[in-house]
Amino acid sequence: MNARLLPYVLILPVTLFLCLFFLYPFVLVAAQAFGGADGLSLDNFRDVVSYWKFPISLKNTMLLAALVVPVQLALALLMATMVNRMKKGRDLVLYIWTIPLGISDLAAGIIWLAIFEQSGFLNSMMTGLGLADGPVNFLSYQNPGMVFLAIALAEIWRATAIMLVILVAGIGLIPKEYYEAAEVFGASPWQRFLRVTLPMLRPSLQTALILRVVLAFEVFAVVAALGGTVMPVLMGEIYAYQFDLQNGGAAAAMALIVLGISIVFTVIILRVLRVPKGATI
Amino acid sequence: MAEIQIRNVAKCFGSYQALHDINLTIADQEFMVLLGASGCGKSTLLRIIAGLETQTTGEVWIGGRRIDHLPPKDRGIAMVFQNYAVFPHLTVFENIGFGLRMQKMRNDEVTRRVTRTAELMHIEQLLTRYSGELSGGQRQRVAVARALAMEPDVILMDEPLSNLDALLRLEMRAELKGVLAESNTTAIYVTHDQVEAMSLADRISVMHQGRIVQAASPVEVYRDPAERFVAGFIGNPPMNFLPARNTGAGRWAVANQVFDGPDVPATALEFAIRPEDVRPADEGLEARVRLVEPLGAHLLLTCDVGGAMFRAILDSDMTVRAGDELKLAAMPDRIRWFDPDTSLSIA
Repeated sequence: MNARLLPYVLILPVTLFLCLFFLYPFVLVAAQAFGGADGLSLDNFRDVVSYWKFPISLKNTMLLAALVVPVQLALALLMATMVNRMKKGRDLVLYIWTIPLGISDLAAGIIWLAIFEQSGFLNSMMTGLGLADGPVNFLSYQNPGMVFLAIALAEIWRATAIMLVILVAGIGLIPKEYYEAAEVFGASPWQRFLRVTLPMLRPSLQTALILRVVLAFEVFAVVAALGGTVMPVLMGEIYAYQFDLQNGGAAAAMALIVLGISIVFTVIILRVLRVPKGATI
Repeated sequence: MAEIQIRNVAKCFGSYQALHDINLTIADQEFMVLLGASGCGKSTLLRIIAGLETQTTGEVWIGGRRIDHLPPKDRGIAMVFQNYAVFPHLTVFENIGFGLRMQKMRNDEVTRRVTRTAELMHIEQLLTRYSGELSGGQRQRVAVARALAMEPDVILMDEPLSNLDALLRLEMRAELKGVLAESNTTAIYVTHDQVEAMSLADRISVMHQGRIVQAASPVEVYRDPAERFVAGFIGNPPMNFLPARNTGAGRWAVANQVFDGPDVPATALEFAIRPEDVRPADEGLEARVRLVEPLGAHLLLTCDVGGAMFRAILDSDMTVRAGDELKLAAMPDRIRWFDPDTSLSIA
């Protein structure tokens, strides 16, 4: 076969697959979102944005991402550094730490519901230890802060490992000699982390952060399980438009708004963590 | 003053003993080369001095101060690594200034020192570049400049030229020697390349299986090897060895000849002579030429003397062909004797 043609032939199947199952539905969604009674219009966007729940769900989603992602990043970096220093049992620890990754987000939400609900583990434990007189309803609408924290906790537990595996692979790729050079030239362990690990980890950090931030904007099942209607988020609103209100146009418009937010943050992450021109990492 | 003393240093990796009771004193401003084949422990010793490895037993002193319990940064050392370890995410300037920044040195002082060492290594025009934009030789210069910028008491180098091509290695070797001589630092340089060792060193420590077998000036290591190993390791081609039989009163029979040698009671010794220390003569060791390799200035002969392989380097205007019979006279003052049991040289 013609060597110049071969690469294109090889990427043809995946291109077709993406066109059929991604690009085509995407065009349909966009058409639905911008569709109106008389041709193109922004009515759907105007409707969803002016609805009273929109600012609340946007704020909740953003706050959740703003709390969960940095904590996960710090935890994942710490865990990755620890795993990387291990001589024995490294794989075992890594497997255990990534178990939550294998659990569906709804199941994860239900696990944490079993802990926090009125007859849950936390209440039984507190009553058993005599810390509380009777069961406390942590997840009620009177405790929005508690609901938020429970959701954040469940999200951190569930999805830190996705960053961990990316960062472990990234850290493993940094040659040992750079650390030795840094040590000989006077860098403390913390300085080695700041001046060698972090900058050389930039490509992995980009991937991990983009993936995690985009997923954070799509948070849904954990919130549904733990918060119900107490804490509306963007994805929950899309679900409500589509299935409860049967308003496909509004759901499509919301989906495009989430897409827009994701793209903006992806660009920001790429800019902030870009490798300087000429530097090779 | 930065005299280095290594006292009774040993190192085990699990059950494998990499270093056995190393004792070595390196004088202030001396250029010491640790020379040996791979796996002999030379890099381990260097890393123990650097503080990147901890000795199992023993002490390391620099400038009258025991430093083996200190972190690398408090030892007054700087190091040049085999793979350069020039940080790819920093510019050449920040690479050279890395150690100075870690010391929280003032900005103008950092700039002054970086500029000065960059000029010394002829890389002042590369200061804004990144490592990925440099050639291997330029990266090596950055690594050396980074070490020099620290103005260390001791500079440690772990096979710094081994990744360069032959021509560049020759050029860097000469330059390194000049720069280090001017910097007044004590230098320890690890290499497996004996020519590099000879050309750079004030003294060479030849290492073998975790021991220093000889620490002496390049000429002494070459002329008076303390052990059979050194004689066989140094020199290309190495020394020739022939079995010698005691015929009494310090006279030893070697092949067809009898030589004056040490008056010791042993029944057998090893006679050793460098290939360039034999001359064709009327009287001498009977040699049958097996192979002739013209090397320009010289002829390298591979011969058979008394059933053993024997190499000789002769002037290239000789006409010798494979199969010829020659008589090779050994220069009496260049003959060395080794005890076959202990492998040690016998004076």
